[in-house]
Formats: sequence, structure tokens, C-alpha cells
Amino acid sequence: MAVIAYRDALNQAMTEEMDRDDRVFLMGEEVAEYNGAYKVSQGMFDRFGGRRVIDTPISEEGFAGIGIGAAMVGLRPIIEFMTFSFSLVAIDQIVNNAANMRFMSGGQFAVPIVFRGSSGMAGCLAATHSHRLEAWYAHIPGLTVVTPYSSADAKGLLKSAIRSDDPVIFIEHENLYGEKGEIPDGDHLVPIGKAEIKRPGEDVTLITYSRSVKTTLAAAEALAEQGISAEVIDLRTIRPLDLDTLITSTVKTHRVVVIEENWPYCGVGSSVADRIYQRVFDELDAPIGRVATLDAPIPYNRALEASMLPSVERIVAKVHEVMYR
Amino acid sequence: MSQVQAESKPIVSRNQAVGWLRQMMLIRRFEERSAMLYQNQKIGGFCHLYSGQEPLAVGSIGVLREDDYVITAYRDHGHAIARGMDVKLGMAEMMGKVTGCSKGKGGSMHFFDAEKGFMGGHAIVGSHIPLAAGMAFASKYQGQDRVCICYFGDGAMNQGGLHETFNMASMWKLPVIYVVENNLISMGTQLERSSAVLDLTARGGAPYGMPGVLVDSHDIEAMAKVTLEAARRARAGEGPTFIEARTYRFRGHSMSDPMKYRTKDELEKAKKNDPIIAYQAILMDRGWIDEATLHRITDEVKQEIEEAITFAEESPETPFEALYEDITVAPYTPQE
Ligand SMILES: Cc1ncc(C[n+]2csc(CCOP(=O)(O)OP(=O)(O)O)c2C)c(N)n1
Repeated sequence: MAVIAYRDALNQAMTEEMDRDDRVFLMGEEVAEYNGAYKVSQGMFDRFGGRRVIDTPISEEGFAGIGIGAAMVGLRPIIEFMTFSFSLVAIDQIVNNAANMRFMSGGQFAVPIVFRGSSGMAGCLAATHSHRLEAWYAHIPGLTVVTPYSSADAKGLLKSAIRSDDPVIFIEHENLYGEKGEIPDGDHLVPIGKAEIKRPGEDVTLITYSRSVKTTLAAAEALAEQGISAEVIDLRTIRPLDLDTLITSTVKTHRVVVIEENWPYCGVGSSVADRIYQRVFDELDAPIGRVATLDAPIPYNRALEASMLPSVERIVAKVHEVMYR
Repeated sequence: MSQVQAESKPIVSRNQAVGWLRQMMLIRRFEERSAMLYQNQKIGGFCHLYSGQEPLAVGSIGVLREDDYVITAYRDHGHAIARGMDVKLGMAEMMGKVTGCSKGKGGSMHFFDAEKGFMGGHAIVGSHIPLAAGMAFASKYQGQDRVCICYFGDGAMNQGGLHETFNMASMWKLPVIYVVENNLISMGTQLERSSAVLDLTARGGAPYGMPGVLVDSHDIEAMAKVTLEAARRARAGEGPTFIEARTYRFRGHSMSDPMKYRTKDELEKAKKNDPIIAYQAILMDRGWIDEATLHRITDEVKQEIEEAITFAEESPETPFEALYEDITVAPYTPQE
């Protein structure tokens, strides 16, 4: 087991997959000579050269589509968005072409592509640069949406994503790039579509993903001191949802809170809650609680931005609410 | 395509020229102090400095009318100040204060000043290029002769929205002036690695039926001259002009860019060619300023920026209630 940073875990995943499969290449803004805006592709241009690590102009719609076209005829592109906020310029390609292609061609064409990059409210980046788009992409049949939290998952899930024959939206979090974690040695793969219990508990189930796992684990710690045993589940994949793991936990604790960095309305939590209600409504002792980013555009002011995020205090308060404490 | 050079006879009056010099110095000082405040974490987020490019904004905005529109990208401090934004409001915005030009909600990349016709800094590359045409469209629609000037980097030449808009703006003869601030680099990508055609004047003008004009914007009066002609055309109903303004940025792409892609040598050489120093020399040569005046202006500028910093530091933070304000015109109902 090596302890490495999230960004290096992603780098390892891409490097290993490019070593084993010549069809895999990396394309995006500043990925090659600059070694990546967030240094995720550090050293890859030196290792693989300009045939396989390719700098693009600031043309997201164009290079997203070029990736999709290449994937339709057998390559396995990794397309980096400097941040997912900029994927909005390319959303037509992702939704209409990547997601729909297999279906509307009657199964004749696969689009084995990974769109990856940073995301999230990373600190004073304001309204245009702080988008969290996992709920948007998870809305689309045909897309797989992955949001790793740990270094091990960053590596293992990215390797699985690159090997997937379907388009994968792989959303990293800008504030996790420097976080370190243990990674199993060897060809470490994590299956897509499997949630992970990060901390077992008895009294309440806390469902979350990406950066919010960190806050939620801290909240679970605070709750433990109050004698409340919280089970923390990292979804890891937003679509397809690992409903079984969520149901098993719900049946055990009878109380659920969903925590996310998205806006609340039509967010991931609303769909997760809906799935649980449909399956085990009778098992719940309280309505499912939700903690999300406050429902406003993201401000520049640091304190204001911080006040919007799911915090330990807000999670603890919501747990008290579902436990009628 | 035509190359324009400043003629021996200046196109500005002495007063105007001294005003332009002062504005350039004000922008430079604003940003030098901002960089220090950024280092001290009083300013956060992404912060892109305009240092080296000042004559581009000052020389062009300087010949427009007060009721014309100005719109730009995220490297926006220079344009805002050239447009006459009070540096107090700019500095307060940098520090996320409620007294800032965008109430502390926009930050460095999203300056706005409606009163001055400053239509914003826009942080998604290329996204404001259609907006500029929209403002020009409105001007024409209402039978006005206001023009819109729109600035963007060489990197933005590669966004689809630009090409869609150029076609419509030209076809409909909209009163808009498009200025590509060609500093030959977008973040860490040199022009030859982002553009198949290196002659941006040719790439942006003729293909869309617009005149393309190349200008060395280090020469502030040359910049003024091409802008004046573009504005004349726009007001006369002759349609948009595409200006390629050559320039150079002294700083990294943003405060976090280590600038590994260029040598110390290159940078030092460029700084020797500082357009502000050059214009000081020109005005001295003409006998329009002397050492004493220059000192006075330098001191005034320093003072004005220090006052802005004090104002910003003493201003209150944007209050928490402001989060739900300015989202919709009707009282906003959060869907929580
Ligand atoms: C659509 C989009 N893609 C990427 C970015 C990230 N980004 C911000 S500025 C920039 C470089 C822009 O260079 P250029 O247009 O030449 O302007 P300059 O910075 O030189 O003023 C990039 C890649 C962005 N803000 N928006």
C-alpha cells in the first residue's frame, strides 16, 4: 500500500491504462506541455509524447465532439475539462452525441469515452467557476456518472471508467487533489456502481459523495460524541445508483440524511430519497433529511460561500431533526 | 487588413494624453497592490492581471463616448478603470466587500458597473462575445448610435460562439467593435499551438466580411486611432470591425501561474519595453509633461490606490442576507 495524493492517483490510473492500451489517449486544455492546470497529468506528455497527450485550443465543444467521434471508431479517449464548469460549453456533444449514440443507432455504435476534470465550490471562484454538475449529467440515460472521494477510488474508478464501453462522466473535486490516501498495490480496479460504507453505524444513515464525504465523516465523529452512531456511505457512483447498499443500511437504521454539494432542488439527494421511499417507505421512522448547498448562485465572498456548504453543524442539526432530538 | 502606426501628429490633446497616462498608471498600481493583497490572502479566487496591456484598454475606451458599452473577459480590472470605475469600488470587490462594484458577489473576474456602461468581466472564455453583439443589436434596434466594444484574448478565437456571432454581427451590420487582445499566449499555450492560422487579423475579419485591422497596442495613440475609425464605421451603420491588438502580459496567466513557459530573458526584455514608461517618455518629448508633473501624478495615483485599499478594508463584508438578494426581481424563494 502506498500513500499518495488524489491527483497522483488519477495520474497513475491514466498512465497505467495508457501503458496497457494504445487506444487510450488524453486530450484537453493545458494537459500536455503545462502538465495540467491542476497538475493531474504531470509527466504524461514526457512519457507518452504528443501523439497521445494532446493540448487543445479553448474549444470544449469541438474537442468533446472529436473525442466522441474517435470513440465511435475504436479509440478510447480521456477528455479533460479544465473544470466541469467549462463542460457547459460542450453539453450538446455530451448529451446528444455521447449519451444517445448507442441507443439511436440501434446498438451499432459504442462511445467508450471518459470526460473527466475538476469541479466544485473550491473557494472564491464565484458563480461561473463553481458548478457541480453531477445531478445534471446523472439525469441523462446513457451516461455513467462517477464522483470519487478517496485516492484509492480516484485510481480504481478511473481505471474502470477507461475500460468501460460507455461514456463516463468522471467528476473530481478541486479541493481533493492534494488529499492523500492509501492505495492498494498492483492493478487496482474499483467497480463502477458500488457504494462503500466508510463508517458503520446503527442509528442513522448518512449518504454522501465526493468532498462532502470528508465533512460527513467529521459530523459522524461529532455525533458519536453525543452517543449517536452514524453509518456513512460514499455513493462513489451517482448513476447507476447502488440502491441495495442504501436499502440495507436504511433497513438497519430507519433514518436517512443525504448530504451533497449540489443545490437542493432536483439535486442528487432528491433522487436518492425518491428511490428509498419507493422501496422501503415503511422502514423509515422519519422523513429523509437533506443537507445541500444553499439555493443561490455561488458568491465570491469567502464567508458567504462557506456558509452555503454542507457543514458539520448543518449535518448534525439535520441528524437531530430526523432523530427528533 | 492594414497596419496602422501612430503618425507624428498626435490624435489627442495634451490634457487627454496626460489623463491616459494617469489612467494607465492607476491600473498598474491597482494591480501591483492587488497582487500583494492576494499574497496576504485578502484577495482570493482567480485573479488575472492586465499589467503590460494597459494602453490597449485606455487608448480604445479613451476615444469612445460615455454612453457606449464596454464588455470584456475575466482580465477586467484595466477596462473597468479605463472606463472610469472608481478604484474604491474595484478594490472593495477584490476583497469581497458589500461596497464592491458587484457587492462582493462577483470578485476579480466579474466586475460590473452599469452606470459607467461597463457591461462586465466575463469568466467563461468567449461567453461575452455574443452579448456584445446583443448590445449593439439593441442600439441599432432603438435607432441609437451607441457602439459596443468587446475585448477578448487570442484563446477566445477558438470558441464556437465567437464564430457564430461574428457572422451575424457582420451580416446585420451591428455597431460592435471586436478587439482581440493578442498577447500571443492563452494560459500556457502559445498562439502557434492553438491557432491553425497565425494571422488573427485575417482569421477574424475577412472570413466574416468585416474589416480586419492590425495594431500594435503598445502605441496607445495608434490604438486610439483604429478604435476611432471602427467607432465611426459602427455609428455610420457600416457594421462591425475586427481589431487585432498586439500586446504582451507581464504577469502569469493568473496569480497561481509559475510561468514556466517563458524565460526570464524574454520577460525582462519585454519589461524594458514597458508601454507606460514609453508613453511617459513620449509626453516628455513633446513637452506635455515634465519630471515634476510625473512625480505629482505618481504620488496622486499611489494615494488614490491606498485610499481605495483603506476604503475596502474598512468596508463591511457582504452580509449573509445578501445571498438571496439579486437573484430574481421578485422576492426570491429558495427551493430548499
Ligand atoms: C470555456 C472556458 N474554458 C476554459 C477556461 C479556463 N481559462 C480561463 S482563461 C484561459 C486562457 C485564455 O487565454 P486568452 O483568451 O488568450 O486570454 P488572456 O488570458 O491571454 O487574456 C483559460 C483556458 C474558461 N474560463 N472558460
